[in-house]
Amino acid sequence: MTEGPERHDDDVIVCRCEDVTLGEIRRLISEGYHTIDEIKRISRAGMGQCQGRTCRHLIARELARALGVPQEEVEMPMFRPPTRPVLISTIARGEGDE
Amino acid sequence: MNRKSADIVVIGGGVVGCATAFELARLGCRNVVLVERNTIASGSTGRCGAGVRQQFGTELNCVLAREAVRIFEHMDEYLDYEPGVEFRQSGYLMLAYSDQQWEQFQRNVELERSLEIDVDMLTAEGAREIVPFLNLEGMVGATFCQTDGHANPFHTAFAYAQAAKRLGAEILTHTSVVDIEVENNKIQAVVTDKGRIATSAVVNCAGAYSAKIAAMAGIDLPVWGERHQILITEPVEAMMGPMVISFHHDFYCQQTPHGSFIMGIGMPGEPRGFNIRSSVDFLEGMARTVMKILPPLGNLRVVRQWAGLYDMSPDAQPILGECPPVERFYNANGFSGHGFMVSPIVGRAMAELIMLGKPSIDISKLDAGRFERGELVFEPAVVG
Repeated sequence: MTEGPERHDDDVIVCRCEDVTLGEIRRLISEGYHTIDEIKRISRAGMGQCQGRTCRHLIARELARALGVPQEEVEMPMFRPPTRPVLISTIARGEGDE
Repeated sequence: MNRKSADIVVIGGGVVGCATAFELARLGCRNVVLVERNTIASGSTGRCGAGVRQQFGTELNCVLAREAVRIFEHMDEYLDYEPGVEFRQSGYLMLAYSDQQWEQFQRNVELERSLEIDVDMLTAEGAREIVPFLNLEGMVGATFCQTDGHANPFHTAFAYAQAAKRLGAEILTHTSVVDIEVENNKIQAVVTDKGRIATSAVVNCAGAYSAKIAAMAGIDLPVWGERHQILITEPVEAMMGPMVISFHHDFYCQQTPHGSFIMGIGMPGEPRGFNIRSSVDFLEGMARTVMKILPPLGNLRVVRQWAGLYDMSPDAQPILGECPPVERFYNANGFSGHGFMVSPIVGRAMAELIMLGKPSIDISKLDAGRFERGELVFEPAVVG
């Protein structure tokens, strides 16, 4: 595994749902995972309860810095439904139609 | 693109393409190039249900799955992959809901046992000892194989890709194949949007897009995409070990090591195509079905749903092997929903076929020519 130089904020939690740190994101970028989707797939960052509402922007910022591109050029993953966690029993009642 | 030539070009960076590239390099092919239009595991691999089972109804499927399990069991060491591919043998519990289905299950178990796959036959009550909150209504019996299980598809694909790279394979992501040059049935080159790669051999691991790739070489390949959907819940404490499958409900459900429940059902009337949008009617149908079979799961929250493509073939079986009249054009596609679980052995068999001329497992019945010969291989045990 390639390790980048340690930085003072490596311990900062980027994805609060899945406990992924900035240091881990930086390590994955240095290993060649250069899209938010790839980082999500390998680290689970963005797969938790909030579905990446906070961390996707933080990861995008980190990718932009590492790759030397403007942050708006970093491709955002799709937001997957449902927008908020919904009980299976609620969905089974078909309340989505109302 | 620096490269101008390759011994073999593997098209598709899903788990089958990555496993094939690794096994080719392992058998001494030093000039393998894998071309992927997006990123590794960005297609069907990364969208699949992650299950690995050996309970099938044809001998070939049982043997492929059994050999794949044997590789999965030691994959972290085999591929020297430190994060691990998270292979867990927590079993598959397959539920029967009619006498006819139960008879088929009994035939399957007889076959599986003859092939050294250890499967138990259970009464409905016996199934409940494995999953205590299972609703037994209408259930005739169940079969259970403890050595079935699941693995992490992302990590499996990444593990193969990294191991392939270490052996000298080159992996080109964000690179699309736009043409395959063929002259007198001999492959000349694979043309990508980043440049031309001179080569005499191609392995078509493009999943649902395999027919498009084959057409570039002038081959009419009967493979098409079919959308299948999945949802995943919030993580909760461990409460269910095995994958639970019902062909009657076209349903499967498993608790992942992470604690979330992953589940899918087949949607009748799904048209052929490349649609991977998720739908509300899946969500409702899924919720109703899972509450019928596993009632307490109604209390869980869905955090995410998504869709992916099965790469369907006419008999819902993979298409493996060379594809005449074009020489050295190899298919490894048409997996019809069972690609991930057999990918380790498929990669190995393809590499053996290409490098040694003969694979250690006879896959000749799975060639593309079977459709013209009318020798289709129907698998009775397919879900979702």
